[in-house]
Amino acid sequence: MPGQVAPARQGYWDWRAACNFIFGGSGAGTLAYAAAVPSPSAGLGLLGLALVCCGLLCVWFEIGRPWRALHVFLHAQSSWMTRESIVALPLLVVGLGAIWYGGRWLPWFTAALALAYLYSQARMLQGARGIPAWRHPRVVPLMIATGLAEGAGLGIVTQLLLGPAALPGWAALLLVGLVLVRALAFVTYLGGLGPAAAPTKARAVLAQFGRRLIGLDAVAIIAAALGTIEPRYAWAVGLAGLVTAFAGGWFKFTLVTRAAYNQGFALRLTPVRGAGVTRPGARPGW
Amino acid sequence: MVVDLRCCIGCQTCTAACKQANGTPPAVQWRRVVDIETGTYPDVRRTFVPVSCMHCGDPPCMDVCPTRATYQRNDGLVGIDYELCIGCAYCAVACPYQQRFKVQRPTFAYGAEPNPAEAAQFDPARLGVSTKCTFCSDRIDAAQGTGRTPGVDPEVTPACVNSCISGALHFGDRDDPRSNVSKLLRANEYFRMHEELGTDPGIYYLVEGRP
Repeated sequence: MPGQVAPARQGYWDWRAACNFIFGGSGAGTLAYAAAVPSPSAGLGLLGLALVCCGLLCVWFEIGRPWRALHVFLHAQSSWMTRESIVALPLLVVGLGAIWYGGRWLPWFTAALALAYLYSQARMLQGARGIPAWRHPRVVPLMIATGLAEGAGLGIVTQLLLGPAALPGWAALLLVGLVLVRALAFVTYLGGLGPAAAPTKARAVLAQFGRRLIGLDAVAIIAAALGTIEPRYAWAVGLAGLVTAFAGGWFKFTLVTRAAYNQGFALRLTPVRGAGVTRPGARPGW
Repeated sequence: MVVDLRCCIGCQTCTAACKQANGTPPAVQWRRVVDIETGTYPDVRRTFVPVSCMHCGDPPCMDVCPTRATYQRNDGLVGIDYELCIGCAYCAVACPYQQRFKVQRPTFAYGAEPNPAEAAQFDPARLGVSTKCTFCSDRIDAAQGTGRTPGVDPEVTPACVNSCISGALHFGDRDDPRSNVSKLLRANEYFRMHEELGTDPGIYYLVEGRP
């Protein structure tokens, strides 16, 4: 915004970019979960791949020249967006192969590619050096933990819908573990966003969201515990999965669209103009 | 580029000259002057800070670009190949100086139709892609083989520098110790915007003369 000095919210990446991180991350997490369960249904794999495709489709709607989209593959040397795109191709092919042929190794190979995809997405966000809340290195483990938690949540819901018998006994425990890891990653990330690391408004947005995230995580943990302890309430594990996935998506939407304040402008020193001496500078909005 | 903050009066003539020279649409200002107020009443100071693409030595926009549309020339200037750019705006969120712009549809100053000047400068290749200040690289390139020097001879100097009415803007070769900008940097205290981010920005802000 012309004339704006303090950090302002970026408007270049909107809900469509956020949806790439939401769908791509949760899809990759679902594929990782599908590899971990003993006898995954095709539905799990299809859901994961469909989510990844939805994310990529959202990006396609975001870019200014969609018919040149294949140019995205041209800069693997340093661009994490290119790397994400490159990983997406074998992920989709191998993922479909795993659904079609099954077997022991293809799902694990798919999961490895899904993790690479998730990592690329996290690094892509960190590579945006103009947005302090994104470039912090702790955003990488946070995005990975969020994707895995979302994937486990959606995976559990899918399994419950397709046939509760297929849900492994440890699924609820895994979900609770991932929710705790995500909460820990979020708290660590927020703690790292000190006054020198992010603008005041970005920290305020994330701190406010943090209270909601902890609340949703508490709901997910209680629901998972209830569903595990009392078989009559097995559906509660599904609720925990849904809440976990929803919280993850909400977090990414908040991070990409609401907490995305740019660097703003700053003076290291204020100049002498006419009389006077040089003085310390200013960094409005920090 | 060297900006003498002691001289800038915030007149925005450079902003207007840039728009005139490059035909940028409304709300796109490859060059602008921000007004930063510091201190508390009654001890307040205003500083006018001309900003544009910093043509960083280590440009974050170039690293992230998935298409190689953003490139760095041998002379250090950072450019964009509009034919390669897909308009993903990754560069826009990677630039710590907010100096990337993307316009999806044609917009003109006075309604849906361009005035004659806008029509003459309208370039459809700039729609849906990232754009930014080029330091008027076409003018700089025109100096080659002519014996003229960018920053000294007006016809091969960026439009903003030519237009500056207070002598705040200077352009030249930082690597040439005899250049105008090298002399200014030796004679004055200076800083660069957000230098701590490691971008090696190419615009130097003078604040005080060295004793």
